[in-house]
Amino acid sequence: MTVLVIAEHDNNELKPGVAQAVTAAGLAGGETHVLVAGANCSAAAAAAARLQGVARVLLCEATHYADGGAENLAALLATLAPGYSHLLAAATPFGKNLMPRLGALIDVAPISEIVAVEGPSSFVRPIYAGNVLVKVDSTDAIKVLTVRATAFAAAGDGGAAGIEAVPAGPDLAVSRVIGREIVKSERPELTAARVVVSGGRGMGSGENYHKVLEPLADRLGAALGASRAAVDAGFAPNDYQVGQTGKIVAPELYVAVGISGAIQHLAGMKDSKVIVAINKDPDAPIHQVADYGLVGDLFEAVPALVKELGG
Amino acid sequence: MKVLVPVKRVIDYNVKVRVKSDGSGVDLANVKMAVNPFDEIAVEEAVRIKEAGIATEVIAVSCGAAVCQESLRTALALGADRAILVESDIELQPLAVAKLLKAVCDKEQPTLVICGKQAIDDDANQTGQMLAALMNRPQGTFASKVVLGDGKVQVTREVDGGLETVELTLPAVVTTDLRLNEPRYATLPNIMKAKKKPLETTSPAALGVDVAPRLSHSRFAEPPKRSGGKKVADVAELVAKLRNEAKVIA
Repeated sequence: MTVLVIAEHDNNELKPGVAQAVTAAGLAGGETHVLVAGANCSAAAAAAARLQGVARVLLCEATHYADGGAENLAALLATLAPGYSHLLAAATPFGKNLMPRLGALIDVAPISEIVAVEGPSSFVRPIYAGNVLVKVDSTDAIKVLTVRATAFAAAGDGGAAGIEAVPAGPDLAVSRVIGREIVKSERPELTAARVVVSGGRGMGSGENYHKVLEPLADRLGAALGASRAAVDAGFAPNDYQVGQTGKIVAPELYVAVGISGAIQHLAGMKDSKVIVAINKDPDAPIHQVADYGLVGDLFEAVPALVKELGG
Repeated sequence: MKVLVPVKRVIDYNVKVRVKSDGSGVDLANVKMAVNPFDEIAVEEAVRIKEAGIATEVIAVSCGAAVCQESLRTALALGADRAILVESDIELQPLAVAKLLKAVCDKEQPTLVICGKQAIDDDANQTGQMLAALMNRPQGTFASKVVLGDGKVQVTREVDGGLETVELTLPAVVTTDLRLNEPRYATLPNIMKAKKKPLETTSPAALGVDVAPRLSHSRFAEPPKRSGGKKVADVAELVAKLRNEAKVIA
C-alpha cells in the first residue's frame, strides 16, 4: 500500500494543509509519496521532501501545471493512480476542485473532508453542516480523499525524501487562468492561524470592522475572519467567511466579535481550542459554545481589550 | 444554446437535523424538504442567461425518488422551461448522479451545465467536477461571476485569498458559490404556469447507468458538544483567564 498526497503550492512554498494531509496519509496506508506538479517548482518539492513521513517526492514540471487547474492535473493523476492505494489532498478550494474530477476519471467514488481515518477503507466525515458525523466505508480498490486539515496534526520537518522527476502529460488546453485578485496580507493565513479574530453583523459597517478588529488582530498576531452575515453585508471580503460553506478553522484561540453564532458559523469554528465571544446579547447562541463570554458593547470592549493586552 | 441545471431535493436549511436513535441515519420523516440552496442559485443564473437572450432553453434535471418532481416544479416556477426526472428508489451517490447527468447531457447536448457547488445534506461538493470529468469538458467551480462569450465562458472563482478568473472552452460545467446571485422568489402565477410545463421521467436503466452505491454509511452520530457558556465580568477578567487559565496568550 502506497499513498499519494497531492501538494498544493505556489511553486515556491507548500500551502497550509499539505503537512496535515501527509499525517492523514500515514494513518491510511503504508508508504507516503507527495506529488508536486507545477512550473519551476523545485523549491516546493524540496519543502515536501523535508516533511516527516514522506518517503518520496514526485516532481512533475510543465507550464500547464503552473496554475493548479483541475483539468490537466486530474488527467496526470489518473495516469499515476494505478500505483497507489489512496490519493489524497487537503480539502481547500484546490483539493475540492481537483479530487472529485480525478475520482470520476478512474471510476472511484471520492470521500470529501475526512476528519478521521479508522482503517484503510474506513473514514469519518461531517455531513449536514457539521451537525452529524458519519462513518464511510469504501468498496473501491483505490480511495480518493480530501482531508479536513484542522482534524490532523501537521507533519513536522526533518525528513529527507528523494525527489524523482515524472513526465508531464499533454496540455488539454480547455481552461486557462486570465485573472487573479489575490489580496496579499501580512497576517497569517486564516485556516493556519494560531489566533483568529472574527467579526459579525454587530460590527455595523466595513469601516468599523477594520477600525475595531485590526488593532486586536495586530496585538494577537491573528488572522481576520467574518461571519456569513458580515460578508453578505459587505463588511469583509468573501474569503474571510468562516462557516460550513466558507473556511473551517480550528485555532488555539478564536475571538468572535458581534457574531450571534448561527449553526452555519459554528460549524466552521467549533473545533477551536478556546472560544471567546464578545456580544451584547447574553442569549446569543455564540455564548453557549464560548469558553469565555463577555456581554457588552463591542465598540467599548474591543478597544479596552487591546489596551488590557498592552497593545 | 441550452443550459442544463441539476437540482437536488434536500432537507430545508432551517430544519434542525436529528440522528435516529440507533445511529442508522438521519431522521427525515415528516421533515420539511426544499431545493438545495446552491441549486436554486444555479437555476437563477441559468434563467438570467436566458433572459439576457444568450440561452434559448433551460432544462432542470433531478435524480431520485418520484417526490423529486416537487423540486423540478420549483425550478420550473423559477423560470426553467422543462424538466427531466431520473427516477430511482435506491440511494443515489454523487458518482452515480454524475453518470446519470452525463447520460442526460449526451442526449440534450447543453452548452453549459450549472450545478450547485455542494448539497447541504451530504456536503460532498463533487457532482459538478465529476460530471465535467465524465464529459471530458472543463470546469469552473465555486463561481461568483459567469460571463458567456463566443465559444468561451469566463468564470470568476472564489479561491483562498481572493478571486481567480478562468476562461473555459464551451461546453463547460460551472458550479455556483453563495454569492453568484440572489435567487428570485417564485410568484403565484409562475407556480401555476410551472404545473403545465413539460416534465419527462426516465430511469437509470433506460439511460444504461449502473448506480450501485460504492460507499456505505454507518454510525451516524452528533459530534461531541462543547462545554461552553461561562461568562466573564469584564475585559480584565477575560485577559487574566486567557493568560492564566487557558494559557493561550502570553
